[in-house]
Amino acid sequence: MSTFPLLTTTAVVPAVGAIATAATPAAKRTAAKWLALLFSLATLVLAAVVLARFDPGGGRYQLTESHSWIADFGVRYELGVDGIGAVLIALTALLVPFVIGAGWHDAEPAEGAQETGRRWRPTQGFFALILAVEAMVVISFAATDVFLFYLFFEAMLIPMYFLIGGFGDRAHAAGEDEGAKQRSYAAVKFLLYNLAGGLLMLAALIGLYVVSADQLGEGTFSLQQLTQARADGELTMATNTERLLFLGFFVAFAIKAPLWPLHTWLPNAMGEATAPVAVLITAVVDKVGTFAMLRFCLGLFPGASEWATPVVLVLALVSILYGALLAVGQRDIKRLIAYASISHFGFIILGVFAMTSQGQGGATLYMVFHGISTAALMLVAGFLISRRGSRLIADYGGVQKVAPVLAGTFLVGGLATLSLPGLAPFVSEFLVLVGTFSRYPAAGIVATAGIILAALYVLLLYQRTMTGPLVKAEVKAIPDLKVRELAVVAPLIALLIVLGVYPKPLTSVVNPAVEHSLSDVQKNDPRPDHPVAEHGGASTDKTDHRGGEHE
Amino acid sequence: MSAVAITSMHAPSGAVPNLWTLSAEKLEAPSIEYGKLSPVLIVLGVAALGVLLEAFLPRKARYTAQVFVSALGLVAAFAAVIALAAGGAAGTKAQLVGVGALAVDGPTLFMQGVILLTGVVAVLVFAERKLEPAAHGSRVDSFAAQPASVPGGEGEKEATKAGWTTTEVFPLLLFAIGGMLLFPAANDLLLLFIALEVFSLPLYLLCALARRRRLLSQEAAVKYFLLGAFSSAFLLFGIALLYGYAGTVTYSGIARVVSGADATTDPVLAQTTGNDALLLIGGALVLMGLLFKVGAVPFHMWTPDVYQGAPTPVTGFMAAATKVAAFGALLRLLYVVLPGLAWDWRPVLWGVAIVTMVAGAIVAITQTDIKRLLAYSSIAHAGFLLAGVVALSEEGVSSVLFYLGAYSFVTLGAFAVVTLVRDAGGEATHLSKWAGLGRRSPLLAAVFALFLLAFAGIPLTSGFSGKFAVFKAAAESGAGALVVVGVASSAIAAFFYLRVIVLMFFSEPKADGPSVAVPSVLTSTAIAVGVAVTVVLGVAPQYFLDLAGSAGVFVR
Repeated sequence: MSTFPLLTTTAVVPAVGAIATAATPAAKRTAAKWLALLFSLATLVLAAVVLARFDPGGGRYQLTESHSWIADFGVRYELGVDGIGAVLIALTALLVPFVIGAGWHDAEPAEGAQETGRRWRPTQGFFALILAVEAMVVISFAATDVFLFYLFFEAMLIPMYFLIGGFGDRAHAAGEDEGAKQRSYAAVKFLLYNLAGGLLMLAALIGLYVVSADQLGEGTFSLQQLTQARADGELTMATNTERLLFLGFFVAFAIKAPLWPLHTWLPNAMGEATAPVAVLITAVVDKVGTFAMLRFCLGLFPGASEWATPVVLVLALVSILYGALLAVGQRDIKRLIAYASISHFGFIILGVFAMTSQGQGGATLYMVFHGISTAALMLVAGFLISRRGSRLIADYGGVQKVAPVLAGTFLVGGLATLSLPGLAPFVSEFLVLVGTFSRYPAAGIVATAGIILAALYVLLLYQRTMTGPLVKAEVKAIPDLKVRELAVVAPLIALLIVLGVYPKPLTSVVNPAVEHSLSDVQKNDPRPDHPVAEHGGASTDKTDHRGGEHE
Repeated sequence: MSAVAITSMHAPSGAVPNLWTLSAEKLEAPSIEYGKLSPVLIVLGVAALGVLLEAFLPRKARYTAQVFVSALGLVAAFAAVIALAAGGAAGTKAQLVGVGALAVDGPTLFMQGVILLTGVVAVLVFAERKLEPAAHGSRVDSFAAQPASVPGGEGEKEATKAGWTTTEVFPLLLFAIGGMLLFPAANDLLLLFIALEVFSLPLYLLCALARRRRLLSQEAAVKYFLLGAFSSAFLLFGIALLYGYAGTVTYSGIARVVSGADATTDPVLAQTTGNDALLLIGGALVLMGLLFKVGAVPFHMWTPDVYQGAPTPVTGFMAAATKVAAFGALLRLLYVVLPGLAWDWRPVLWGVAIVTMVAGAIVAITQTDIKRLLAYSSIAHAGFLLAGVVALSEEGVSSVLFYLGAYSFVTLGAFAVVTLVRDAGGEATHLSKWAGLGRRSPLLAAVFALFLLAFAGIPLTSGFSGKFAVFKAAAESGAGALVVVGVASSAIAAFFYLRVIVLMFFSEPKADGPSVAVPSVLTSTAIAVGVAVTVVLGVAPQYFLDLAGSAGVFVR
């Protein structure tokens, strides 16, 4: 069994599902949906197997596969997961069935006369694209070859682009035509931002190849070879080269993540896309950006990462506060959640660059928990919006009187977003703050302000939409959650509670990987009673700081 | 590159052969290596045969015979190329043939192979007869019923009524291909010029043969001809100056004089030989002539008009094959004749490459006609290719070869798709008419989107592999700045490719929009080949990279 290509299979299953779904005849829409759901569930099973077979005490990269691919470019098909990758693959596989379930009716062809061709199959296309994104994201999380990662990091934009631009909310506040226009604007903005970042990364990638070809005799993109060569002193980059390459990579990831001031595509994209697609963007695809910072920026360019840390921390803090402040001021539910996500991505990046085990472990957990909590909040918001046909907060009020279950799930999702103790995101946010504080106390204090703002935007949102008198006629007619919708939301909420109380299974998988990535940058956790220890043996106190045990 | 053994060396080194001073007994027939020249000979022979068919066959039978003979001839020539390559002519047995006028080596064979394959695909697109509405019972293609008749005049009406077609396009195409096969092989400035004319003249003609919008087509042909004649004049003038400098027109001879290994023995030329002014000006003029064919800024003015006006099958062929041939000639000139001058031409080409990439990408943004848009995109791609050319390394050559192979099939496919989108007035090339195409015919729009993504260089398409290869070669030769500019202009270029995709998929179809004609198996095959090559070169390019990599050495 050890030679069975488990990771490849995990990526191939949704890819096959995408093709199968797309190939379903136009009339068999329901069959296509079930097919997509089936494939996504199969992927979930495979991802669970990946997580189960991953041995936290084992080697750094496990379940590895390695085949030569494009020898001319030094590219190999190399897969392997560390704890972080395994957990994020699991998150991806976990969320996609919910995305599919929530988007069950989002891509029905419009009724009435249509002069479209008989091959036009929007429903099939919608679900096929979601599965295609899933396949590409899985490969990105598993790739240990930088070039392989880049290929899918970029290629993933195309299906995302069609998902954002091709499928929007049925009833758009600004009218059908204007809605289509804004949607296509959002899609193009999304693509251009990310493509520009990707092309910068391409330049850096070529630079990396040249450097490695120069010093190792043969160009390579293999992460393991590169870090090994670096540790052995065979690969040394000039300071400036390293910094330029780091910037090329980092900007690409910062756009994807997104980090202020490169974030402006996200509110557009999340606002215009349907709620399930918005979940796909923020909970799944954007995680590739933060994940890549951890794996590639720190792993390949430790010196430059240290050099950039002060700036990155400041940008992350700005993201936290700016995102939260703008979320407070939003009038549009989906854009509010988008800005809240920007704030949360600030926390993740803060944790990554704090360079402490709590910080990075917390950041990894944050990626997972933010994915689940945003999915819960956004999907319920999507259900709400589809009932009323409006994204504006002002169009609601008193919903909890007519749809108590909807309001209740919305509240739990919201409370998770503001990191209420007892729910999962609290654990990760706390760890990030502790990890940041232990090395950069000032940054930790400033970031804490973000929590207060989070409470403000979530509770204001809840208050304005769900509480208050029931005056509007349209709101009075809002039905409560249906069985399908409840089936989508309930497991997510259950997960939030379970992981909030008992996050140990995840932390035990994540922490060894975090130790490895800290050893990449040659950092130790600062000792509590000493001034910050800048340099020391990489592996002296491995057992002392298991991030998860702090809570 | 010095590892190549030159097995035979027929070029007279030193004395310039002069007809008047040679006595009759010294005139002997040169030995010609027919085997090595077989691809060119087959194509030109079949072209001549095509002319005969045109003259002697009844009108009814011409079409079938021409298509059959042309395709067969091209395939046979391709087989000859494969046989030569398999026989080692691309590697150890590379040699100069035809009294030193031609080089049969790796780059030559690779480019001949690519040109022949694009030629085969072009024949398929040329032969398509299901798109135009049948005129009076006979199916017609996209070429004028009777090109010599005045547009809109009586003659045209009669010819259309009679259902005539211009089957001459096939021999013309073959002549052009024959010239293109010679162009990258030319190892002698005179042959370079002759090959240029051999492939240009039929192209000028082909450009004028559109069935619809004939005035536009003729205007394009005249523009192309005039500007082409201009550039030919530059080229010829440059050749004269280089001859004055070196006393010889063979590449190796000039290279030896440039490197100072040889001095001419001709007393007439003793005064001018080695005069650097002649070399620099002559070299620059020849370079200009080639850059014109490549379509590099600032010699690109003809491209949009000609691409737009020419019949779309011709545009597709021209965009693909001319670029291959011209880059082949450019590479050989720079790598064989002028490497000693690299310090002089590299900065210039740096500049040209940067301007070409940026201008091509920026100007393309404002285009509203799909054919003009693709024309500007081809200009931008010429810039990317130039980035590989200035690498001045074996890897640079290989990367350019690979890029050319990848690019030509994407181009052919894209233009083949353009021929299918039609309304009452023929092809609907205005972009506004493409709105909502994705809803009417998702398959066609998806295929076109794939080609556009390949143009944009999105990973997992051939465009990305090519771009990466070229930029890698450029970066390794220290042209990091060029790579950065290239990447930036790729980002700009991506914008207008995306605009078309947005238009096709996210816009509502118009009520009076164009319909997509159902093509015959011919065009379908051409498009399928384009798709297949685009995907294969994107996902598994290694074999072809190896192929291009083994073909990166010029024989001297």
